[in-house]
Amino acid sequence: MADTSWLTDFPQMERAGLVQIRKTLDGAYRSFSREYGDAIEGFFDPLLVFLIWFEKLLLATPWPIIVLVIGGIVYSASRSAKLLVGVIISLLLIGYFGMWDNTMRTLSIITVCTILSIFIGIPIGIAMARSDRIQSVVTPILDIMQTMPAFVYLIPVVMLLGIGKIPGVIAVVIYAIPPVIRLTNLGIRLVDKEVLEAATSFGASKSQRLFQVQLPLAMPTIMAGINQTIMMALAMVVVASMIGVKGLGQPVLKSITNQYFTLGLFNGLAIVALAIIFDRVSQAYAKRSQKHLKGAH
Amino acid sequence: MSEQENATLIEVKGLYKLFGSDAQKHMPLVHEGLSKDEILAKTGHTLGLKDINLTIKRGDISVIMGLSGSGKSTLIRHFNRLIDPTEGQILVDGTDVMTLNPNELEKFRRHKMSMVFQRFGLLPHRTVLENASYGLTVQGVSRKEAEDRAVEWLETVGLAGYEKQYPSQLSGGQQQRVGLARALATNAEILLMDEAFSALDPLIRSEMQDQLIELQEKLHKTIIFITHDLDEALHLGNRIAILKDGELVQDDKPEEILLNPATDYVEAFVRDVNRARALTVETVMQPQICRIAADTISEALKQMRKTDGDYGYHVNDDGYQGIVSQEALEEAVRKDNGDDALCEKIYEDVPIVAPDAVLEDILPETINADYPVPVVDEEGEIQGELSREAIAEVLSPEQVTEPQTAKAPPV
Repeated sequence: MADTSWLTDFPQMERAGLVQIRKTLDGAYRSFSREYGDAIEGFFDPLLVFLIWFEKLLLATPWPIIVLVIGGIVYSASRSAKLLVGVIISLLLIGYFGMWDNTMRTLSIITVCTILSIFIGIPIGIAMARSDRIQSVVTPILDIMQTMPAFVYLIPVVMLLGIGKIPGVIAVVIYAIPPVIRLTNLGIRLVDKEVLEAATSFGASKSQRLFQVQLPLAMPTIMAGINQTIMMALAMVVVASMIGVKGLGQPVLKSITNQYFTLGLFNGLAIVALAIIFDRVSQAYAKRSQKHLKGAH
Repeated sequence: MSEQENATLIEVKGLYKLFGSDAQKHMPLVHEGLSKDEILAKTGHTLGLKDINLTIKRGDISVIMGLSGSGKSTLIRHFNRLIDPTEGQILVDGTDVMTLNPNELEKFRRHKMSMVFQRFGLLPHRTVLENASYGLTVQGVSRKEAEDRAVEWLETVGLAGYEKQYPSQLSGGQQQRVGLARALATNAEILLMDEAFSALDPLIRSEMQDQLIELQEKLHKTIIFITHDLDEALHLGNRIAILKDGELVQDDKPEEILLNPATDYVEAFVRDVNRARALTVETVMQPQICRIAADTISEALKQMRKTDGDYGYHVNDDGYQGIVSQEALEEAVRKDNGDDALCEKIYEDVPIVAPDAVLEDILPETINADYPVPVVDEEGEIQGELSREAIAEVLSPEQVTEPQTAKAPPV
C-alpha cells in the first residue's frame, strides 16, 4: 500500500522546528525587553505620572463638585436640559450603589485614552488622506489592530512593561484608535473638491487649506470617529482590568470568576451609563457645532 | 476701447493636456494626430486639451465656450495652475506660470487672479462676510481691514445685510454673489469664471450677467468666462473661443462667430441662437448711403437726382440733420414759397438708432419706419443706414446655411 498519509494528515513542520521558532522569537523578545524595558518604561513615565495625578484628582475631589463639573461640561456641550438631568441622575445612582470610586478610576483612564487616541489618530488620519501610499500601508495595520484578539497583544506589552496602568492604556489605545484614524482619513478625502479648489485658487498654502478647509469640513466625520473611539475604549475596560487596571472592570472580572451576578450587573450598568453619557454629549456637541450646515431653505 | 489698443495679457502657446498616470510617455501619439478615442483605447489616457493657442487681451471679457467634455473647465484651470499642462506654455503678463516655484505660485494666485466657481465653492462653516474676505485673509491682510473691504464688495454685489448669515441660508444667486464679492475683493486683475452662472435659474442668471457687465464697465478687469450657453457667451463676450473635444475650433468676435461660423460644429451651435439679441446695429447696417450736403432745397434736389435712391440723409458740419425724400423736395420746389432753406419742416419722420444698439431693442421702430433708419453715433455723425430688408435677411436662419453648404440642413 502506497503511503497516502499526507492526504489525511496535513504535512506539517517537524515538531523540533516549531519549538525552535518559538524559542528563538521568545528569547529574542525577552532579551529585547531586558535590554530596553527600562528605557521604554522611562519613556512612558510622564504619561504614568499624569494618569496617577488625574485619577487622584478625580478621587480626592468631593463628589458634589465632580457632579457639578460634569454637569457643566454636559450642558455647555449640548445645551440640553433633558440630557443634563439624565446625566446627573445616573451619576447619583452610581454613587448611591457604591461604585463612585471605581467609576472615577474608569473615567480617568477612558479620558486619557481618548485624548491620546485623538492626538495620535488625527495626524495619522491626515497623513493617510494626503498620500495614497501611506493609506495603503496603514489600512492593513488598522485591520490587524481591530481583529487581533486583545489578549494577544497584551502579552508583549505585559512582558515589556509588566502589569499596571501604562500597559492598560496602550492596550486600550491600540484597540480604540482605528475609528478615529479611519474616519479622519475618510472625512478629509470626502471634502468637496470645489471648495478646496477655491481655497487653492486664492493662494491658500497647504496648512491654510488643512486648517481652514479640510479639517472644518471633515469635522462631522471626525467627530463620528471620536465617538466610536470612546465607545471602543469603554468596551476594553474589562479586558484592561485583567492586567491590573483598576476601575469598573475589576468587579466585573471578579463576578465572572465567583459568579456574583448582581455585582457584575451593577458594574456593567455603570459602564453602560458612562458610555451613554460620553456618546450623547459628544454627539450633541458635534450636531450643535454643525448647525450652520442646515440651510433655511 | 478698440481691439488694437488692448495689449495682450495672457498668452497660451501649444498647450496639451493628457490625463493619466504616464502622460509624458504617450505624448508622441498625440503629436502623431491620433484622435481622442484612439488614444483612450490604446493607452487608457484621456486627451483633455490639444494644441491650444489663445491670446487674451487686457480689459476684455473673453468667453471660452464648449459642451461638457470639451475641455473648457480644464483650460481655465491651467491659467492659475490648478491643473498643470502636459506640454505648452502659459504666459501671464510676460511671466511663464510654469516656471513659478510653489511660493511664487501662491503669491501669483493671491494677487494676480481670482476665480468664481460653478457651485460657488464657499466655505460652509464660515459666514458670508468671512467668505467674502477669504481671499484677503489668505493674503495676510489684517482681519479688520479685510472685513471692511469685504463689506464694501458685498454691498456692491447687492448683499448688504447678509454678512452674518451662513452660505446655506442663502439662495443660489445670493451664494454666487458672495463668490463674486470674494473674487473681486482681492483686487486681482484677472477674473476667472468657471460656468459661474450655469447653476442659476434663467431669470437670476440674466440678472447676474447684467450685473457683471455693469461691474466691468467700472472695473475694467480682464475676465475669462467659461460657459456652455451660447446666448450667455454672445451677451457677455468681447471675444469667444469655441472648444470641441479639447481643440480650439474658432476664436473670434461674437458677430463673426454668428455670421461666419468656421465649421459645421460651430454652425450647428449658432443655429438656435436669438440673433436679434446677439447682433448689434453696426454689424448689420449698410455703410454706403446717399449723403446730402446742401443748405438749400434746390441744391439738395440736384444732388439727389444724381443718385439712384429716392431719399437721402442731410448732413452738415454738425453731423446728421434729418432724412429727406425726393418727393418732398420736388414738392417744395414746386410750391416755391420763397424759403429755400433745407430745414426741419421738410424732413421725414424717421427715428435714429445707435450703432451699438442690439437689434432686438430697435426692431419695432425700424420696421415701422417708411425709410431705412439712419445709424447715428454719439458724436452725431451718421454711420450708415439700417433697412428692413437687411434685418430680415440677417434674422432668417437660412441665411447662414445657404452660402456654407448645399447639404440639407441637419435636424
